[in-house]
Amino acid sequence: MKIEFILNGETQTIDVHPARRLLDILREDFHLTAVKEGCGEGECGACVVLMDGKAVNSCLIPAGYLEGKSILTPEGFKETPRGQILEEAFIEAGAVQCGFCTPGFIMAAESLLNENPNPTNAQIREGLSGNLCRCTGYQMIFKAVRLAIEKGEGLW
Amino acid sequence: MVDAYRPKTLSEALKIRNETDCLPIAGGTDLMVQKARGTGLGPGFEKPLLFVGHLPELQRIEKKEGYIHIGPAVLLSELLHNPLIPDTFKKAVALMASPPSRNLATLGGNICNASPAGDTLPFLYAADAELLLENHAFERRMAIEDFITGPKQTDMKPDELLTDIIIPDMDFPVTYYKKVGQRRGMSLTKASFHGLADVLDGYVEDLRMAFGSVAPTVVRSRDIENSLIGESVNSLKNRYQEILELYEPLIQPIDDARSTAKYRKNVCFNMLKDFLNHLEKNQGDII
Repeated sequence: MKIEFILNGETQTIDVHPARRLLDILREDFHLTAVKEGCGEGECGACVVLMDGKAVNSCLIPAGYLEGKSILTPEGFKETPRGQILEEAFIEAGAVQCGFCTPGFIMAAESLLNENPNPTNAQIREGLSGNLCRCTGYQMIFKAVRLAIEKGEGLW
Repeated sequence: MVDAYRPKTLSEALKIRNETDCLPIAGGTDLMVQKARGTGLGPGFEKPLLFVGHLPELQRIEKKEGYIHIGPAVLLSELLHNPLIPDTFKKAVALMASPPSRNLATLGGNICNASPAGDTLPFLYAADAELLLENHAFERRMAIEDFITGPKQTDMKPDELLTDIIIPDMDFPVTYYKKVGQRRGMSLTKASFHGLADVLDGYVEDLRMAFGSVAPTVVRSRDIENSLIGESVNSLKNRYQEILELYEPLIQPIDDARSTAKYRKNVCFNMLKDFLNHLEKNQGDII
């Protein structure tokens, strides 16, 4: 099936099986490997990208769903001012250990802050509830999001 | 073989449905997991896919003549942000899966997947929701409890699509929702309860009680409810043991990876008792 969609700001036309997962399209066809496959069933959030500005699990999206959508991956996001602030905040807060979950957490944080630039602690936890981290115990990740809100004042 | 169809309009989709044996797919959050084959392989579907999530006809939320109409392709996250959706329904939706999954999953998908643990279902049963099913020539409207016939089973015909979800626009002064799961985020339901009531001067004018995840389909008994309507709040509180016994034969949970039948049954009775104890004043939805 021929699909036209926007990937990190550029229009792309691909000819793929309509059930091929966006996760596989990104990693294998476009070599964008920041998205990770953790569980492959929408539970862990390691594969989160933004679709039309909102966090989605790329392992659950069949190619046929992509037509006309705009996808932003961690590779595209890190080039933006907000992406840079979030990256710095994660480093500064010690929110990264093995790093496997980090790209997904950063995309979920961006989606949360897009919707709610001033979340409460409870809202941060809820916004990141679709992402699993097996190293940090989450506290440093929550701290990183609060730090990003401070550092990036006015950006969201 | 054609692998997929991506119609531009609903009528085109219904025409394809009439001519082809295909599998409608909207958000894909259930189907992509059910048919997953592992890393790199992509899911294996036996039938060609019919993409319907993008159809504008299926994405509306509107109020018309005392009813709220919700398009089946409306996302769970859109339900949370729409002022026409009752708050108590939003409470249930907000506890489903996670934000990224709610940005994909649709209300119609949760209904058609017909899981006994589908978390939109207890509210829809309690609210007397009706569904509109269409094929290329006809439409039929039916109660949700007639549509869902068993676990993962519905009355949808191979040439039909779900095209509208219709909820009477009613205001219930007393609402109660509780979901019991292993953790708060990303958890599947062990047992859930949605209660709606209207109480005037201490007497129950309307009463709806629906249990999720504790039988092949959502449990709601209009007979039991009708036998209790008209009673005083205090009398229902005192008679709770008797009311539990009325529900006892209907609540038939199973042991599975998530929980045990015994635990689920106990939890159901506790939620029912809690609801009956809170009829005189709305405690809000307890999560």
